[in-house]
Amino acid sequence: MSQTPHMGRREFVQLVTGFVGAVMGAVIGLPAIGYLISPATKRRQSEAWIPLGPLENYPVGVPTLFNFTRSKVNGWEKTVNSYGVFVVRHPDDSVTVLSNVCTHLACRVNWVPENQWFLCPCHDAQFGLDGQVLGGPPPRPLDSYTQDAVKIEDGNLFIFFKEA
Amino acid sequence: MSTWQKLLNWFDERLGLTTIYSTVLDRKVPKVNWWFTLGSASMILFLLQGVTGVMLTVYYVPSPDHAYDSINYIMNEVAFGWLIRGIHHWGASLMVLVVFAHMLRTFYFGAFKYPRELTWITGVFLLLCTVGMGFTGYLLPWNQRAFWATTVGTSIAGAVPFVGEFINEVLRGGTDLSALTLARFFSVHIWWLPAAIIALIGVHMYMIIRLGISSVPTKED
Ligand code: HEM
Ligand code: FES
Repeated sequence: MSQTPHMGRREFVQLVTGFVGAVMGAVIGLPAIGYLISPATKRRQSEAWIPLGPLENYPVGVPTLFNFTRSKVNGWEKTVNSYGVFVVRHPDDSVTVLSNVCTHLACRVNWVPENQWFLCPCHDAQFGLDGQVLGGPPPRPLDSYTQDAVKIEDGNLFIFFKEA
Repeated sequence: MSTWQKLLNWFDERLGLTTIYSTVLDRKVPKVNWWFTLGSASMILFLLQGVTGVMLTVYYVPSPDHAYDSINYIMNEVAFGWLIRGIHHWGASLMVLVVFAHMLRTFYFGAFKYPRELTWITGVFLLLCTVGMGFTGYLLPWNQRAFWATTVGTSIAGAVPFVGEFINEVLRGGTDLSALTLARFFSVHIWWLPAAIIALIGVHMYMIIRLGISSVPTKED
C-alpha cells in the first residue's frame, strides 16, 4: 500500500491498464455500434419533386390520370412501386392533385365522366371532383396534394412526392 | 470494504470466481518462450472470427440472388462494414497460419507425447475444422472466384475411388454448385464447424489445465 504521497507502481499500472482498456474498448465498440445501427442512420431519399409534364396537357375541369413509378432501395433490394394521381386543372390554371387510391381499402378509383365522379370498382364508393365522399364506405376524402406540394414552373407541373 | 468489493465477494462466494481464476489463469508454467503463445493467439483469433462473423450475418444473405449484393452493401454502404469484413477476411487466413504454426511448435517441442496425446488429437481436429471454416467461408461471397474455387475444391473429393462422386454430390447438395451448395456451406460455416471447434477447444483446454503445459525440451530429452 502506498504510504507516500506519490502514486505506487501498482496503482500506476492499474490506471494505465484501465485507460488503455477504455481507449481500446471505444475504438472497437464505437465502430461496432455504428455498424449495427447503420441502416437507421441513412437519409431517406424517396422525397422528390415529380414532373407531371406541361400544364397544357391537362384539360380544364377534366380529371386526368398521371402514372409514375418510384423505386425504393432497401439495402441490396430494389422495389419499384407505381403511383397514380388525378390532375384537375381549374379555369384559373390552379390545379388540384388527387391520389387515385381509395381511402376505403386502397383500390384504384376511376373517373366516370357521365356522372362526374370517381368510382371505386371494389365497393362502389363515389368521390366528387374535389375528392369529397359522395357515397359508399370510405371514411375520408381522397388524399390530395396540398398547395405547397404542387408547383408550376415554366408551364410545367410538379408535385412533391413523400412516402406515405 | 467498498461496495464494489462486497458485490464481488457476494458473487465469488456463490460462483467460486477466484477458484476459477486460480485454476484457469494462475497455473504453474515452466519457463517457456514466445512460441508458447501461439495457442492463445489461435483462441483469440477464433473469438475475433466469431464476433466479426456474427456481425456479418446481420447483413449477409446466403442466397444466390442476394449473397453478392449483400456483401457489396456491407462493403460500400454499412458504416464500418469494410472494417468488419476486412477483419473477418484477413483473420481467416491468419488463423489458419497461426493454428498451423501452433501445431508445428507442439510437434517440434515434442509436446504431443504422453500424457498429452489427446491434446494433440483434439488439436488435429481443430486444425481440420479451421481449414474447413476457410473452405466453407470462401464460397459465401458468391463471386466468380468463390464459385470456381469451390467447384475445383469439391471436385477434388470426386477423385476418391468409388465413393468420390457421391461425396462430391453430398458436399454440393447435387451435381452442380447451386443455391443448395451455398446454403449448406453457410450452415456448416456458421453452425456445425463453430460448434465443433468450441467443443474441441473445451477438451483441448481442459487437458491443458489438467496437465499443465510441457516445458522446453532439454538436450537430454
Ligand atoms: C483452433 C485451434 C487451436 C486452439 C485455439 C488451441 C489452443 C491451445 C492453447 C491455448 C494451448 C496452451 C499452450 C500454448 O499456447 O502453446 C494449446 C496447447 C496445445 N495444443 Fe493447441 N490449439 C489449437 C490447435 C491445435 C492443433 C492444430 C494442434 C496439433 C495438431 C494442437 C496441439 C496442442 C498441444 C499438443 C498442446 C500442448 C502443448 C504443451 O503442453 O506444451 N493445438 N492449444
Ligand atoms: S376500396 Fe374503394 S370502396 Fe372499398
